[in-house]
Amino acid sequence: MKYLILFLGICLFSCNQDKKNVVADYKTNEVEKVQTQEPAISLEVHDFNGIEKYLSFSDEKTYVVNFWATWCGPCVKELPYFEKLGATYQSDNVEVILISLDFPKQYESKLKPFIVEKKLQSKVVLLNDVDSNSWIPKVDENWSGAIPATLIYNKEKRQFYEQSFTYEELETELKHFLN
Amino acid sequence: MKTLKTVFALIAVVTLFSFTAINDSGGYEIGDIATDFSLENIDGKMVSLADFKEAKGFIVVFTCNTCPYAVAYEDRVEALNKKYADKGYPVIAIMPNNTDVKPGDNMEAMQARAKAKGFTFPYLMDQGQKIYPQYGATKTPHVFVLQKTKKGNVVKYIGAIDDNYQDANAVNQKYVENAVDALLSGKEITETKTRAIGCSIKV
Repeated sequence: MKYLILFLGICLFSCNQDKKNVVADYKTNEVEKVQTQEPAISLEVHDFNGIEKYLSFSDEKTYVVNFWATWCGPCVKELPYFEKLGATYQSDNVEVILISLDFPKQYESKLKPFIVEKKLQSKVVLLNDVDSNSWIPKVDENWSGAIPATLIYNKEKRQFYEQSFTYEELETELKHFLN
Repeated sequence: MKTLKTVFALIAVVTLFSFTAINDSGGYEIGDIATDFSLENIDGKMVSLADFKEAKGFIVVFTCNTCPYAVAYEDRVEALNKKYADKGYPVIAIMPNNTDVKPGDNMEAMQARAKAKGFTFPYLMDQGQKIYPQYGATKTPHVFVLQKTKKGNVVKYIGAIDDNYQDANAVNQKYVENAVDALLSGKEITETKTRAIGCSIKV
């Protein structure tokens, strides 16, 4: 029993850590949080076969595809940069797609409230496919599997990044894809 | 002149990125000799691979307290040690994160976690973060199976523990067990490198 309490304590502690980061990043949204109702959003959940189309569109757009999860600190930290990038470069035919690797059991309890609370504008798609050894190389041969990870591509060019971004770094990379 | 400066700045950034990329994909390949180390364990003692005189090899697991994927695999890492330590392949867990960034991974937290979960393997702190880059670990959990030879500890397997992080009962491929079983019976390892999602190591 003692161990259980300790275990829960540690869980709570690590969750709090994550929350602290989120709050720090989104302080301006604090007020709206109170008004947030039960999230009534539906999300697409796919295995990798269903996700593949998002990695291989061949239209005129440039796609910025970010692999993330609400439990991933650096992912949450850089999420506003992807949002800003999507908004800023919308007129340049840029689309940001956020592929969440959250655990299915947390879709309702954590992911959906997060999306509502942060008012995410980019398209969020859920990837639930446990056999990651088979699909990670299909995203990029050099991806070890660590997140955050980002793919930028259009019909001419494709570049994969296993790293975190600042907004400036992200913008610099995107500009390589825009003429 | 200003354009020139911008160009130089761009070149600098691009160069930086390419170096980062090289570092990211660096580390050991199958067949390389893995470095030994002397890292502090949760009991305060320093631990090296050389201390394990009887070992035939090692299951080195880069892991931590705070990554949900690492947490999902804790019981399975413990089970690996229970199954293979006596057969000559003990688990050596190393916590690679910068604890300033992740206080939930500091020594006290590691001790508490190990106690709560009843870890029977060493849980070492990569103080100064010198060891994980040499191995080429990029995330938690990230496993390196080593075989002790006269030349040193040879890297035999790199990657994931198995193919289902969500449900231990629904696993189809036990990659690490397959690798160690092959080494114990003198057979070729069929899958020497696998990949799984994990949390990036915090620097």
